Amino acid sequence: MKMLAGYLAGLTFGLGLAISGMTDPARVIGFLDVAGAWDPTLIFVLGGAVVTTFIGYRLVWRRQTPLFESRFQLPTRRDLDIRLLGGAALFGIGWGLSGYCPGPAVASLSGLSWPLAAFIVTLIAGWWLARRMNSRH
Amino acid sequence: MESMSALQGLLGGVLIGLSATLLMGLLGRVAGISGILSGLVFERGRDRPWRVAFLLGLVSGPGLLMLSGLGWGNVAGDSGAMIGAPASGLTTMLIAGLLVGLGTGLGSGCTSGHGVCGLARLSPRSMAATLVFVLVAMLTVFVSRHWLGGAP
Repeated sequence: MKMLAGYLAGLTFGLGLAISGMTDPARVIGFLDVAGAWDPTLIFVLGGAVVTTFIGYRLVWRRQTPLFESRFQLPTRRDLDIRLLGGAALFGIGWGLSGYCPGPAVASLSGLSWPLAAFIVTLIAGWWLARRMNSRH
Repeated sequence: MESMSALQGLLGGVLIGLSATLLMGLLGRVAGISGILSGLVFERGRDRPWRVAFLLGLVSGPGLLMLSGLGWGNVAGDSGAMIGAPASGLTTMLIAGLLVGLGTGLGSGCTSGHGVCGLARLSPRSMAATLVFVLVAMLTVFVSRHWLGGAP
């Protein structure tokens, strides 16, 4: 059942990315390009997703536990640190250069191209490097 | 045409929100793509099966839509396509991938974990991270497109 739950969540996420146009880097860069021909689509995607999640979370949190697990696992930290903000800044540079964040990049695998493959290889290398830096911290 | 793409954006966004709700309601987890996928690559243990299934779902969603030929994609300037062309060549993509991996690894989240789930939880860390990566990405596009000229 947990695998089915994971598949359904992944499938819905992938369908959402494709239907919204987030599997198109030109749409994403169009949103980020505030000084050019600005494309507002991403605002609608983020807005729809945040509002739905906000309501959905509050509905499922009425239960004591999730359906197939013993507890909800939520991040608890609330402080800001340089690792969080510096990481977000590095991510922003990469996102602006490519128009890909991790979800859309991986969801685009069925339209694989060399630049996308290159992105995913170094994406995984970056995760590896971050894990090494985090564990030494 | 433009209002159609906004509507599709909204509909797709609602689906992403439903996915996040499903993952929380069924497995009690935040739908952060960078956390799920890097965990899948670098961690062993009991989370592995559902993470593999999530990855298969994530890839098969757009793949199934492509095969269905329904034309529900929202690629700018190509109504038949489901997946847009990469924005730059190999070198830029190699650098961008590394920065996205390193940044989401150190900053513990990407557009989904911080941008969607974190904002919906009203987490101050996620609000700060989202503000930083959106503004830095806008600045990056401004510098690469308008200062250095042409697409990167």
